[in-house]
Amino acid sequence: MSAHTYATLVDLAAGALLLSAVLVVWRRDLQATARLLAVQGAALGAIPILSGIRRGDVQLAVVGVAVVALRAVVFPKLIAVRLRGELAHEREGAPLVNTTASLLVTATLVIVAYALSRPLVRLDASPAARAAPVGYALVLIGVFLLVTRRKALSQVVAFLVLDNGIDAVAFLATLGVPVVVELGASLDVLLAVVILGVLAGRMHAKFGGTDLDELRELRE
Amino acid sequence: MSVSALIAVPVGAPLVAAAVALVSRRRSLSGWSGIAASLAVLAAGIAIAARVGSGHVVADAHLLRADAAAAVMVIVIGVVGALATFAGVGYLDAELADGATTPAAARQYEVLVQVFLAAMSLAVLADNLGVVWVAVEATTVATAFLVGHRRTRQSLEATWKYVVICSLGITLAFFGVVILYFASIHAGASPTSALDLDVLASRASHLDPATARLAVGLMLVGFGTKAGLVPFHTWLADAHSQAPAPVSALMSGVLLSVAFSVVLRVRALADSALGPGFARDWLLVTGLATLLVAVSLLVAQRDLKRLLAYSSLEQMGLIAVAAAAGTRLAIAGLLLVVTAHGVVKAVLFISAGELQHVHGSSSIADLTGIAARSPLLGAAIGAGLLGLVGLPPFALFGGELAIARGMADAHLAPALGVALVLLVVGYASIVNHGAAMLLGPARAGSPAIAVTRPVAVPVVLGVAVLVVLGVVGGPYPHLLETAATVLGAR
Repeated sequence: MSAHTYATLVDLAAGALLLSAVLVVWRRDLQATARLLAVQGAALGAIPILSGIRRGDVQLAVVGVAVVALRAVVFPKLIAVRLRGELAHEREGAPLVNTTASLLVTATLVIVAYALSRPLVRLDASPAARAAPVGYALVLIGVFLLVTRRKALSQVVAFLVLDNGIDAVAFLATLGVPVVVELGASLDVLLAVVILGVLAGRMHAKFGGTDLDELRELRE
Repeated sequence: MSVSALIAVPVGAPLVAAAVALVSRRRSLSGWSGIAASLAVLAAGIAIAARVGSGHVVADAHLLRADAAAAVMVIVIGVVGALATFAGVGYLDAELADGATTPAAARQYEVLVQVFLAAMSLAVLADNLGVVWVAVEATTVATAFLVGHRRTRQSLEATWKYVVICSLGITLAFFGVVILYFASIHAGASPTSALDLDVLASRASHLDPATARLAVGLMLVGFGTKAGLVPFHTWLADAHSQAPAPVSALMSGVLLSVAFSVVLRVRALADSALGPGFARDWLLVTGLATLLVAVSLLVAQRDLKRLLAYSSLEQMGLIAVAAAAGTRLAIAGLLLVVTAHGVVKAVLFISAGELQHVHGSSSIADLTGIAARSPLLGAAIGAGLLGLVGLPPFALFGGELAIARGMADAHLAPALGVALVLLVVGYASIVNHGAAMLLGPARAGSPAIAVTRPVAVPVVLGVAVLVVLGVVGGPYPHLLETAATVLGAR
């Protein structure tokens, strides 16, 4: 793979990451966001696969395939299974901020992400590292989604966007963290998502819905 | 025993006990193996302390390392773990007798408690900052279903907030770890060892300051979340009050301190990479803010377990302020507070759990005349509360004295003044609430309190440990001073 093709493909993957995050902000329907999450996971996994092919690093490419399997297949599947059988209004993301304002905030967050990541890009001007601000943007968008969505599963989606952003920075800036850390971190995130899914199911059974505004008994 | 085998014990022994609990059909076997595993952690902690007490670092080939600070934390995990697993046997017996839990759920409890202990040991012994992060997040995963063990509406709410808020905070810390990894590679570290604590310490002065500042800031906020520090402290009282009492003891008494020990490692790194001002200012501001939040919620508290939870928040605020001082005396005092607070909280939460079981409530208004109705629990709670507010002969006294002197040495007298005023208000509220429960007349129709052995033994042992630690001390203060030095104290 030539340097030019590699740079183009990495930019394309980074673009897909950012676009899918913006679409998650735009769409309210949780089933659609689960599909967008799958696209985002595939774009994320593509980055280590591309770097692995370019450098002849088999281990890195294998990590990329594992990332695709986990983030493009397993996580969206877990959310889709949890959504099955829910009523239509339960599938809405229930944002606190309307769509137009959310998109404006997202645009601002992207600019902030570029500002925050300047020290990193200044240290490393490789084509992949130049795309690292996209990871920062995903982290900020994830935090924004987490604080403005009031349904249990929409918070899980927000958490995964945030986590995808961190992994994107790791793969774009440094070819990924050491394998033992990547493995451990993925296992933790997988278990956390499974736990949140189980809790959402229990909430559904106890409260008849997963609206987080129901959680108001424990107050001072 | 070889060094690499020795430092693997605190992680391995609880995992073995977890496996036993998973396959064993006999409650007594899994109960005793859990207690044995905690004692093995304690014994290993003491053995490690003997080898690193003079400031050495021991390490195995690739995953674990131990210095004096790690030895102190392993000892705390072992002591509180032993008290809590002992009390856990009684908790499960009572829940099973009441039909409040099933044998399968009881087994799940025993497995998760041991996984939780192993994860905490890994968090203080891992030599790679990324693995430390994995272990800290694993404590959240292991404790989620422990907090929700009672399956009530409130415990479900507490679990959701706990998992979401802690995962958010800790994920921000992971972002910091990733950025630090990048900076470390650019400072010349090899990719395989760029996150090792010793490599980071030796490369710290070469890290790019702008990148390191973002990384350190994210890690302080992130690991601070798990330590209960402001601004992400809101999960703490809910989780600690809804969890079964022995789990509350572990979360309040050890988990907060384990997370804070990671903050101390980040502080040492920040001091050599960015100069002493960066971490000090953050610790001072969040420490005082945490103290303020905790004290304001202690004053009018109506629930005993939430009172204990906010008192832990108060102690974490004090510890953060002490860490800001950064002198050897302040850090050693901080570690003594960590040890004593762990034991005090084990005594108090185990006693509170028994009272909650007897009364079906943990509301302070429902708990009356305890000292007259159960002299043992009354004395234990009384001693625990007096120990908590830092009176001699209990060990917290010496710790707080050392912190105060250390802060004065570090020219932080104004902050010390503010912290002392807040502490006094908090302590007065604790004594006030405690006196109302213990000394007042018993309300007519209050149920009888029959203290069982799994409650009495850990409670009495815990008070004894506090007195011995406060009066005798032995070689422990010297270990704490060495630990302060390896944590970069001035």
